[in-house]
Amino acid sequence: MENTYNKIIEIDEAMKHFRDGMIIMFGGFGGIGTPPALIDGILDNGFKDLTLIGNDSGFPHIGIGKVVSQGRAKKMIASHIGSNPVAGQLMTDGKMEVEFSPQGILAERIRAGGVGIPAILSDIGLDNDIVTSNKQTCNLSGKKYLVETALTAEISIVFAKKADPYGNLIYDKSARNTNPLVAMAGDMTIAEVEEIVPLGSLDPDEIITPGVFVDYIVPSKGVNWKWAWE
Amino acid sequence: MGMGVEIRDRIAKRAAEEIKNGMIVNLGIGIPSLVPNHLPAGTNVMFHAENGITGMGPSPEKGKEDENLCNAGGFPVSVVKGASYCDSTIAFGMIRRGRVDMTILGSLQVSEKGDLANWIVPGKKVPGMGGAMELAQKARKVIVLMNQTDKYGNSKIVNECSLPLTSARCVDMIITEMAVFQITNHGLTLTELFAPHSIHAVRAKTGCGFTIAGNVRVIN
Repeated sequence: MENTYNKIIEIDEAMKHFRDGMIIMFGGFGGIGTPPALIDGILDNGFKDLTLIGNDSGFPHIGIGKVVSQGRAKKMIASHIGSNPVAGQLMTDGKMEVEFSPQGILAERIRAGGVGIPAILSDIGLDNDIVTSNKQTCNLSGKKYLVETALTAEISIVFAKKADPYGNLIYDKSARNTNPLVAMAGDMTIAEVEEIVPLGSLDPDEIITPGVFVDYIVPSKGVNWKWAWE
Repeated sequence: MGMGVEIRDRIAKRAAEEIKNGMIVNLGIGIPSLVPNHLPAGTNVMFHAENGITGMGPSPEKGKEDENLCNAGGFPVSVVKGASYCDSTIAFGMIRRGRVDMTILGSLQVSEKGDLANWIVPGKKVPGMGGAMELAQKARKVIVLMNQTDKYGNSKIVNECSLPLTSARCVDMIITEMAVFQITNHGLTLTELFAPHSIHAVRAKTGCGFTIAGNVRVIN
């Protein structure tokens, strides 16, 4: 494959951009759509004290759950950790801070970060202390709203079905989930992809994430964990 | 929750009656996931999943699962004709914009005013709210399927929820193994009974008062 934009790199090269204490945003929902090779790269290279931002904490051996289970995260911003008991235990033991955000609002905060909007106004969870704590409110046309701040990350990692050398991405079915949002919100975005196809072979009409948002492309060997239903 | 398959199916079957042709419906885990089994053939309904599917179909046969086609709980599903995929913001946009006609979910407690508490057991489990707040607050109709009592025999229908709220004043209907309740601005009303339970028996297992509809249907 012609590497016209020098975006296609191997996993080892990609890992040079990571370091301890980093804020990493990950795509995926219950592990589906989370990039397996990049997750393993983070584990193999021993990165720790990470702040992880994403929908959920996966399952103990699936998706971002692998990183969480090994105690590599000092903080998580997520909407749900119920499918990963290890995450719950780390939170209870005070070994990992967890900040919960309602699922759709979390996705929207990530999107806001990705499109250069500083915050959004939300009426979700206005009567809930956990949601409202440490947040500003504002009145607009006589109604009260929460100011939900945008989220960005130093590195975003996403999983896509196909990329061309410019980094244009398409996703596979429900594995799209938070990936297109996360892809926009990283200072640097690395996409792990199942297939790299020549420039011009993706129909511009079908591209979900324009390559503008993608800095590097890493070829994937596919998912290497056993799903909860298997 | 120690509820027999037959009883779970009876609750699910009653909930299925609420689904009308053309609706967009979001189902929670547990008993709500049984509801599609009880829809009359030919009902055109789009089941919505928070991860970005509109038009979910049944679980595929063993061996035909697609790891990239799963519901919000991470388990394999299929799609029906006319289905679409979208990202999570769009999926939640459908909810917040009022395009999801109904959500059917489980709960730990519901108050007589329709307050929903289904996301935290303090000191025990703090799994996070996931999409429950948005669904409870913004789906056009919220139906709760749950046991009349918890495992200690305490009523799950109460004056005031003792557990943290998912959302206040959002539940429209409760279906338990004993009865069906409607919640309106006028409070809690028993509208249907599952045989052989009596109104007296329901009262004994309900933690708050309720009015009785003029014409109580008995479901055999």
